Amino acid sequence: MAAKRREMVPMGLLWGAGIATIVILIVILAYILAKGLPLISWHFLTTNPGVRGQTGAGIYSTIVATVAVTGVALLVAAPLSVGGAIYLNEYTRENLLRKVIRQAAEVLAGIPSIIIGLFGFLFFVIYLLPYTGGWSVLSAGLTLAFMVLPISLRISEEALKAVPGELREGSLGLGATKWQSITTVVLPTALPGIITGLILGMGRAIGETAAILLTAGGALGVIQSLRDPACPMTLYIYNILTEYNDTSAAYGTAAVLIIAILAITFITDWLMNRYTKKLQGL
Amino acid sequence: MSGEIEISVKDLNLWFGNFQALKNVNIDIPKNAVTALIGPSGCGKSTFIKTLDRMNDLVDNVKFTGEVIYKGRNILNSDTDVVALRKEIGMVFQKPNPFPKSIFDNVAYGPRVHGIRDKKTLNEIVERSLKGAAIWDEVKDRLNESALRLSGGQQQRLCIARLLAVEPNVLLMDEPASALDPIATSKIEDLIYELKKEYTIIIVTHNMQQAARVSSHTAFFFLGELVEYASTIDLFERPREKRTEDYVTGKFG
Repeated sequence: MAAKRREMVPMGLLWGAGIATIVILIVILAYILAKGLPLISWHFLTTNPGVRGQTGAGIYSTIVATVAVTGVALLVAAPLSVGGAIYLNEYTRENLLRKVIRQAAEVLAGIPSIIIGLFGFLFFVIYLLPYTGGWSVLSAGLTLAFMVLPISLRISEEALKAVPGELREGSLGLGATKWQSITTVVLPTALPGIITGLILGMGRAIGETAAILLTAGGALGVIQSLRDPACPMTLYIYNILTEYNDTSAAYGTAAVLIIAILAITFITDWLMNRYTKKLQGL
Repeated sequence: MSGEIEISVKDLNLWFGNFQALKNVNIDIPKNAVTALIGPSGCGKSTFIKTLDRMNDLVDNVKFTGEVIYKGRNILNSDTDVVALRKEIGMVFQKPNPFPKSIFDNVAYGPRVHGIRDKKTLNEIVERSLKGAAIWDEVKDRLNESALRLSGGQQQRLCIARLLAVEPNVLLMDEPASALDPIATSKIEDLIYELKKEYTIIIVTHNMQQAARVSSHTAFFFLGELVEYASTIDLFERPREKRTEDYVTGKFG
């Protein structure tokens, strides 16, 4: 009996550790949603922010900015990361170059975002000003692409590695070329993993603040082009909390941001599950 | 050896890094017949057939010397179009490897990558190939179902159908029934018996009864060497080599 009781102690502690994760998540979500949800209305979503946190205004232009900045980041990072992963996994053998590229991706993923932002500021905002328009959606999106790239590359590579070699052999054995085998057998099989990598990268882009702070410009008008300065939702929250007297709009924006990220996560999860089941014939 | 020769192998040596997997192999493979390759694990028989469609190219550090003459040309030459070669010399693998696609799309895969788009032509090819692989009656009402829902034996016959759809000359089979139960195995063997009328078949097998049942010629490989090659009856009943006799009588394996 004593032995059994002693066993209960570590089990209880580990149970507590597991439960803590859920509790923390629920507390954060509940707190933000409780404060933010009452503020969300059609009016809030479709009206532009007022000057200096004027009450009764909305966040329309910041939603547009987040979508645009994230879109640019994904448009640049998706082909580079998926292409890079295909190259690494399908066209190179396990060699030094491959190890170096993989290591580089890991280091890139580990660089603090404010430093990526600093680089984006110096390179896109200042050096490439004639092309990017300085502080702009384009500068911010390109900077974020550096942060999406390593996440998506690593996860895409894992997904491609998980495709059984027999499928490649089967395709090549029928006289398909390497490229045909990749596009018609390997990529469709690895697609759920690749999309997951892009979604994780996208989550990173939507939630990033430090790099945006230095590159997006923070203008509250609705952007007319990618070379206009903009204020994505995260930056808007930061600005409200540091500069305005009435901070309630920050909770409303945060609630919208959290709901958007949750929705994207669940919808892609569901779609990928369905797709995987279809692949397996279930 | 009587009859036409499909593939003639001369002084084939093959290395993986420093390990010599094939040693000076010489063999003539007869056309429209079944040739069985037997021998203990690691003797080089799988490596040997993977040389015939250049699948060993996918392995790191592989080197080979010698000649494999097919249609008058040495396919080991570096200028060989391996994509075209693999269309003519197809492979059935040890583990059934259907694509995660529908039954129809699996069989239509080869014709499609070779540029056939016409729906009617594809339908004809799929039906003909599935009939050729003796699986049509089992799947004709469920062509749009995923191939992964078929049983292992059905998957293997589907893989054979998929191969027939690209109209190869030679079928290489790497222990095609080793992952299957006895009933599925006998169906594969019956199918091989039918297929040899139109195709040259080379089958690697661990199972000596299987070699005896399906093949007209048998080659015994041991430690990378081709020890003995003869008609199947002679090899099993009157082996010339001591090592062959020990193996076929079960003294080692």
